[in-house]
Amino acid sequence: MDVQTLTYVIVGLTFALYIGIAIKTRAGSTKEFYVAGGGVPPVLNGMATAADWMSAASFISLAGIVSFVGYDGSVYLMGWTGGYVLLALLMVPYLRKFGKFTVPDFIGDRYYSQTARTVAVICAIFISFTYIAGQMRGVGVVFSRFLEVQVDTGVYIGMCVVFFYAVLGGMKGITYTQVAQYCVMIFAFMVPAIFLSVMMTGHIFPQLGFGAELLDASGNSSGIYLLHKLDGLSSELGFAQYTEGSKSMIDVFFICGALMFGTAGLPHVIVRFFTVPRVKDARSSAGWTLLFIAIMYTTIPALAAFSRVNMIESVNGADGKGIAHEQAPNWVNSWEKTGLIKWDDKNNDGKMYYAKGAENEMYIDRDIIVLATPEMANLPAWVIALMAAGGLAAALSTSAGLLLVISTSVSHDLLKKNLMPDISDKKELMYARIAAAAGVVMAGYFGINPPGFVAAVVAIAFGLAACSLFPAITMGIFSKRMNKEGAIAGMLAGLLFTTVYIIYFKFINPAGNIADNWLLGISPEGIGLFGMVINFIVAAAVCKVTAPTPQSVVDMVESIRFPKGAGGAQDH
Amino acid sequence: MSFENEDKAKSYWDENIKLVLSLLGVWAAVSFGCGILFVDVLNEITFMGFKLGFWFAQQGAIYVFLVLIFIYVKKSNALDKKYGVDE
Repeated sequence: MDVQTLTYVIVGLTFALYIGIAIKTRAGSTKEFYVAGGGVPPVLNGMATAADWMSAASFISLAGIVSFVGYDGSVYLMGWTGGYVLLALLMVPYLRKFGKFTVPDFIGDRYYSQTARTVAVICAIFISFTYIAGQMRGVGVVFSRFLEVQVDTGVYIGMCVVFFYAVLGGMKGITYTQVAQYCVMIFAFMVPAIFLSVMMTGHIFPQLGFGAELLDASGNSSGIYLLHKLDGLSSELGFAQYTEGSKSMIDVFFICGALMFGTAGLPHVIVRFFTVPRVKDARSSAGWTLLFIAIMYTTIPALAAFSRVNMIESVNGADGKGIAHEQAPNWVNSWEKTGLIKWDDKNNDGKMYYAKGAENEMYIDRDIIVLATPEMANLPAWVIALMAAGGLAAALSTSAGLLLVISTSVSHDLLKKNLMPDISDKKELMYARIAAAAGVVMAGYFGINPPGFVAAVVAIAFGLAACSLFPAITMGIFSKRMNKEGAIAGMLAGLLFTTVYIIYFKFINPAGNIADNWLLGISPEGIGLFGMVINFIVAAAVCKVTAPTPQSVVDMVESIRFPKGAGGAQDH
Repeated sequence: MSFENEDKAKSYWDENIKLVLSLLGVWAAVSFGCGILFVDVLNEITFMGFKLGFWFAQQGAIYVFLVLIFIYVKKSNALDKKYGVDE
């Protein structure tokens, strides 16, 4: 069978599996729809959360980014894993004990205020929409590259699948499909990485091969460390040293912080921990989640380094002078057809050459680093097909999780808790499904007509979560004194500062978006951490001069601080 | 109130805060410390083919994060038992 047919077969099988699971586990009540009935075992929840968290961007693009920027890419690796320590230690056990369905639920109840709830709902919806537009696009792109259908058709197929299991199954349905999707995506990611590691360094574990000596053509140790070689190649070709990077230390610090605290404030991640039965399960589930993420996130930098060396040597040759185009490896030719690799023979010598300066003749898209690994490692066609299924699993699992947050925010936080408090459970469930369906359609629209600002607003999503939701939640747990005036003032101050800063540099004055103009040298990607500090300071100051929290709220805070007595997630 | 008395509730919470702060201290030290602020100093040291600072930033910090969460799970469950507030 050729690659194309195999891809259709494997992708078709995985889709059938997801839909089969969705039918078996469909939700019958709002509790099942919102939090899977609160009965998911912690290890499975960890796996589902990992799939929810790792998006099309993590699967397809992250290794490419790290490969092209070296040390600077560490901010994503540490930022998107370190947030789970904050989640486990500061948030999930307490929120699980609190025992409601959503993040705005907690903020609204803890700060005895509809205003606080509304601010939280707006943040939750905005963050989720920002994310989901990119996911649907990812689905379309994977379809178009591997199955050679139009991007639009790919998006429609993706919409139908997500519609089916998110709208029908709710949290219960998506949790069990995400478990399957995790398995598909991690297998698809690890197989080529392991083969590449064995081929280049002789180590089965890419994490060890990363630091090992390269093998020479006859398979003996060459005595040259992979990273040493990479540093050498980088400086020869005019790039910054791979292990040192080029961003300023303060910017790296702030971006890493904004991603960590932002991760810990993302509603679609937090809500996952409401689905386990007990407080201690919520704690361990955070650990399992990070374990499942770490398998991929410790492999990503290794794969990035293997591919970079492999790519540079395939283009420039062992002597570093360039290889004749007709002798280029197959993957170069096959990806040239898609436009992700371009060759422009500037000096007409018929040889390809890759470098930083003017003599560079190659355009190499970052996504190649992952998409072309099966071909770089000379793996059979079924591995390429698996890559397609893995990319789709990553995009679909994340979209479903986000859709659920959007539909919950609308049906539960806006309708039930604000506009129509008297609706029955059945009605609420119906509205949740309608909201999820509307969400699928809107996400599909943005997937087909991608707004140019998707990449720019991702910074806003993390910044917003870090500067608004994270401080409001942690202060609500760790300070009994914090009152509604303080929390609302803090959230608004953090939000205002962060969004103005990002909008100014990303939209109003993009030409001025350079380090010299930034506040203390902090880029818009990292400013959320600064906004978070502002939030804490403003909240503490306002809280000091306003009325104390009512006794009933103080009692509530005391009761969430220890596990005993946590029932299933409650509506009231 | 599930605690025997106010004092017990207070000392449970104090012990919990102490545990969380000490683990977060390690969390900050390996990521912001070893991976970012002191990365140049640590890069002078080579460790299994890696510059040490670079290793922390792309591998080590993640392993430590994992260990931290599982230590927290174990210790906080033990703390709940000690004060009789486990489920």
